[in-house]
Amino acid sequence: MNALVPLLVTLPLLGAGLTLVLVRRPRLQITISVAALAIVFVIATVLLITVDEGTPLAVSVGGWPIPFGIVLYVDRLAALLVLVSSIVLIAVLLFSVGQGAADKGEDTPVSIFYPSYLILAAGIFNAFIAGDLFNLYVGFEILLVASYVLITLGSTESRIRTGVVYIVVSLVSSILFLAAIAMIYAALGTVNMAQISERMGELPQEVQLVLHLMLLVAFSIKAAIFPLSFWLPDSYPTAPAPVTAVFAGLLTKVGVYAIIRTETQLFADNDVNLLLMIVALATMIVGILGAVAQAELKRILSFTLVSHVGYMVFGLAIGTPAAVGATIYYMVHHIVVQTTLFLAVGLIERRAGSTSILRVKGLMRAAPLIAVLYFIPAINLGGIPPLSGFIGKIALFETAASVGTPIMMVLIVGGIVTSLLTLYALMRAWNLAFWREDDEYAAETAERMSYLGNAPAAAIATERRVIPRIMTTTTAGMVAVTLALTIFAGPLLDLCMRAGESISQGVTIVQLESVQLDEEAAP
Amino acid sequence: MNVSATLIVIMAVLFACGVFAMLERSLTRVLIGFLLLGNAANLLLLIVMGVPGRAPFFDDETGGDAISDPLPQALTLTAIVITFAVSAFLLALIYRSWQLGQADTVEDDETDMTLREQAAEVDEIEDEGVEDDDEFTTDFVGLETSPITVLHHRDFDALRDDAPTDAPRKPPGDALRDRHGEDGDRS
Repeated sequence: MNALVPLLVTLPLLGAGLTLVLVRRPRLQITISVAALAIVFVIATVLLITVDEGTPLAVSVGGWPIPFGIVLYVDRLAALLVLVSSIVLIAVLLFSVGQGAADKGEDTPVSIFYPSYLILAAGIFNAFIAGDLFNLYVGFEILLVASYVLITLGSTESRIRTGVVYIVVSLVSSILFLAAIAMIYAALGTVNMAQISERMGELPQEVQLVLHLMLLVAFSIKAAIFPLSFWLPDSYPTAPAPVTAVFAGLLTKVGVYAIIRTETQLFADNDVNLLLMIVALATMIVGILGAVAQAELKRILSFTLVSHVGYMVFGLAIGTPAAVGATIYYMVHHIVVQTTLFLAVGLIERRAGSTSILRVKGLMRAAPLIAVLYFIPAINLGGIPPLSGFIGKIALFETAASVGTPIMMVLIVGGIVTSLLTLYALMRAWNLAFWREDDEYAAETAERMSYLGNAPAAAIATERRVIPRIMTTTTAGMVAVTLALTIFAGPLLDLCMRAGESISQGVTIVQLESVQLDEEAAP
Repeated sequence: MNVSATLIVIMAVLFACGVFAMLERSLTRVLIGFLLLGNAANLLLLIVMGVPGRAPFFDDETGGDAISDPLPQALTLTAIVITFAVSAFLLALIYRSWQLGQADTVEDDETDMTLREQAAEVDEIEDEGVEDDDEFTTDFVGLETSPITVLHHRDFDALRDDAPTDAPRKPPGDALRDRHGEDGDRS
């Protein structure tokens, strides 16, 4: 079983290498990419079942004894997130295949898309299963460098302009993270997460606080937590639709994942929960007010993304194991729903040629299927019962209410207001883009009808681009996944609670070693 | 743990200079800032290693105390490689930015600009009669006050914007015809 763990990272990397060699064979590239991610999906499923029944897996890569070498560590949280991200990555990949087929003839350098995408996947998986801080840093860097390429794909003027902001901000966060690692190593003499959590208690509280805040700032930039979220709404919307979708779903969540590990394992005794609560409230409210002010769908969604990261920080700030479990459920829900929404907006962009809700209209009549595909994840994100957004928020609010301090009540109210404003922002877009009558279209049709008697109608036919079926199918598949999160909410929430329970207990180096010894003894 | 004060001072200065350079609008300076920051972080890792001048390798005669910690060296090497790759990418980005606009600056976001202009209009209406303090503003409202003139290839024929892309291969005849077509367009 241990042998499967490194495959999560090596398979996508291998796929990236192969697709790079096969630059001139797009069809083969697609096959390899999908195959690599599909195998990762299968492995992640197997791993999730294994670690859920038994103990977490610890693999020392390179054969060095555990605190010294690189450790890959898979527990319920890591396995679950790898599983969900592999689903999202496959869906977005298929979507982009459809889009690429439709874009044929334009000067898009499709051939570098697949290698970069697979490297991004490898980086994401590596970050999720990293057992030491430095490997986490390397995972971050892998996914960041791939994301730099993807966000400036085609290197058009607007993408370069927004890409620069994204890249520079990410660089700052990486340097901060690296400096924090150096200081943690100076203080504790280790970068292994289990060993760090064992030794952290020996440090004075002030030193712990400095290290803690350095890591939090570095991860908060990645997770787009207010006030470090300014870069996200600027840089995400200009990237190609599939790239934005996968970034929105996964990249910020890798940051949130790192914060989960920081809060629960590394700095379990060092309490910054009050700070986190304030930041969570500010992220939720400021983010959603930004969304309300926007008139461009991709920007609206980027702002809701920022705002909903606030819920996850909120869950972490509560600090109880149940709250961590609820956070994990919310994270899974948000990864899937946010990606689905961005894919739906990709469909709208393709159909209507724009994502400005002031310009797009009459889609309800023109494309009822897209309407359904937008509507379901939109009300899900807004938290309409009985969908998964509602379940996630209720789970969070319940754990917060069980703590019962006044600031918890403030946060719950803030969360409800945010949820309503999300609904408002998304439904405003829904009303304008879908339900508004398309006067021009009607006029055009009437004109065309009048011409029909004497002139060839084709001459004035408006060019409305056809959407490849695979794009719609993929989006529909993702909508089905969001519904599955609702239908199987019971078992999934239980799993998340168990995950929250187990990571709140922390891991010690002794446990890591015993896990490895068991594995060696088994065969 | 004894560490060299010189190294610490150098690291601090590098960090300070790096942050300062990164705050510039010019991308080249941002790159220099990033390099300084990266080196500062590497130096920090090196300081963490402990007393300078000791070798990480040892034989049976050397005691455990006399050796240097090899792990930060491994970390530094990895960090150097990452910094190296990222700077290469940044250079390519700067080149592309220059190729597109003959400027290597970080530009304001378009939506921000529109918002700012709207806000400025509202301010103008509200501030009627209030003394004009445009001289002291640091915002660039409208393009004409911006100190950076960005040239675009669409405005100037002399600026070429035809970086080769690796679009999917076409049959040779097709490609040839395409090239002729493009050439025709350009001339």
